[in-house]
Amino acid sequence: MERAVAPTVAAGRPLWAARRRLSQALWARPWLRAAGLLAPPLAWLLVVYLLSLAALFLNAFWRVDEFTSEVVRDWTLDNFRTIVESPSYRAIALRTIGIASAVTVTDALLAFPLAYFMTRMASPRLRAALFVCVLVPLWASYLARVYSWRLILSEEGVLNWTLGKLGLPTIGVGYSLWAMWIVFSYIWLPFMILPVLAAIERIPDSLLEASRDLGARGLRTTASIVVPLALPGVVAGSIFTFSLTLGDFITPQLVGGGEQLMGNVVFSNVGIAGNVPFAAAYATIPVAVMAIYLLLARRTGAFEAL
Amino acid sequence: MEGVATRVVLGLWTALVVLFLLFPIALIVVYAFNASNVQGWPITDFSTRWFGAAWHDDEIRGALWLSVKAGLLATGGALVLGSLAAFAVHRFRFFGREAISFLVVLPIALPGIITGMALNRFFATGGIDFSLWTIVIGHATFCIVIVYNNLLARLRRTPTSLVEASMDLGADGWQTFRYVTAPMISTALVAGGLLAFALSFDEVIVTYFTAGAQNTLPLQILGMIRQGQNLPEVNATILAVIALTLLPVIVSVRLTRETGVLRRR
Repeated sequence: MERAVAPTVAAGRPLWAARRRLSQALWARPWLRAAGLLAPPLAWLLVVYLLSLAALFLNAFWRVDEFTSEVVRDWTLDNFRTIVESPSYRAIALRTIGIASAVTVTDALLAFPLAYFMTRMASPRLRAALFVCVLVPLWASYLARVYSWRLILSEEGVLNWTLGKLGLPTIGVGYSLWAMWIVFSYIWLPFMILPVLAAIERIPDSLLEASRDLGARGLRTTASIVVPLALPGVVAGSIFTFSLTLGDFITPQLVGGGEQLMGNVVFSNVGIAGNVPFAAAYATIPVAVMAIYLLLARRTGAFEAL
Repeated sequence: MEGVATRVVLGLWTALVVLFLLFPIALIVVYAFNASNVQGWPITDFSTRWFGAAWHDDEIRGALWLSVKAGLLATGGALVLGSLAAFAVHRFRFFGREAISFLVVLPIALPGIITGMALNRFFATGGIDFSLWTIVIGHATFCIVIVYNNLLARLRRTPTSLVEASMDLGADGWQTFRYVTAPMISTALVAGGLLAFALSFDEVIVTYFTAGAQNTLPLQILGMIRQGQNLPEVNATILAVIALTLLPVIVSVRLTRETGVLRRR
């Protein structure tokens, strides 16, 4: 089909004419434009990222020579056997998944009422202010937020000082599983709040009014309308809280007091122990957990709520 | 619509959660001005001298410079790759289109240690020495999604009829892009870029695996915290890092304000 052009304008200006021809050629061939747009990002993600993941996965089936500490490319399942047979590696995996679950539940419980209040009850101005209060800890440096809990929970920290002033006995949660639970819940909370907020905001007022008109009280409306419709948001948030906890090795180092999570095992095997194949094998556990989690999450429509 | 009791309870809950969210950050701000070497509470003397000490610390300075360079380069890469992907997904229907969104989100959806280790192996097996560029490649990979999401959201809200009208009026592809598309997406791009920079500037886990022997600012701070050395300088530096990551975010939120959660219903 011949497209309308303005030949008089284009004539006598070769550069412009060429550009116009190129533009028309591209317009006539959408697949060329699509391929041109898509090729660089796709190539990057496939080559740099997926290839890396594949390389990592292959490492899991190799082993390290005990004498030379070099990676030997023999195909073996020894790494996986070690993980399955060792009680401590199993315990660390379970502990990590346990902490990740506890953090996810905690954050959902903290986030949901706040998100409901923000979208349904707060005035626009208050809502904006609250939004800032959520965004600040989301973007204020990760390390700063972990570090500040060291200042709070340590022996001479704010918490014990406050307890002392109140005449209560001091507690030593400073470097423990409890500290990890608190700190993880704290640092990932904004990741839960934002998708829940978006999900609750999308619930049309008319649904809540209909529920009330049909005689449902507040609690019933919450249970039957708000929670089911906000669930994709909660699941979307939980992808972050779960995944971020599974892969973190810094928070356990800084506040965990020697309690190890999966991230630490992987970390120390890449670094000090120099056993990359084992680290890779161990790292397949969080990947598998996240893969299953993402597949389940997809069914709830959580990806649209991200 | 809800009863007064519900409002009060939910309001109180919200207030407590906000206190939980902000208290640790307020504490960091206070500690940055702690004059003493000892990190206990309460703080007795205040001073700004640790800011000067941190600023004149060569290691911290070098780390800051490296972080800024890596952040800017990674942001540039993410802007190019993220916008290309967003345009492709917005304009065209093709096989595997749904998978693109999944692919770009994967580097931050998977635990950071996986992404970090995968890239580490990629560089090691490929014989690539760790340098500024390996950090940049790592950061750009997980920053793509930020630009992509920001731009795609904007594109979906802007009517395609404007582009069609421009073409009907005789503009070529470049002119349409320059005078119609670009003004519509510019703030979304700037916002995405700023967020990507903030994300890159603050990242520790992936960086740890892609930095080799050099220290970005977060790695420098982490090392100092672990060794328990110069903690007063750590306090001051951490406050500076908070400021440097929050600043771009504030600008970015302002740029996209009419959209998102803040819009009035």
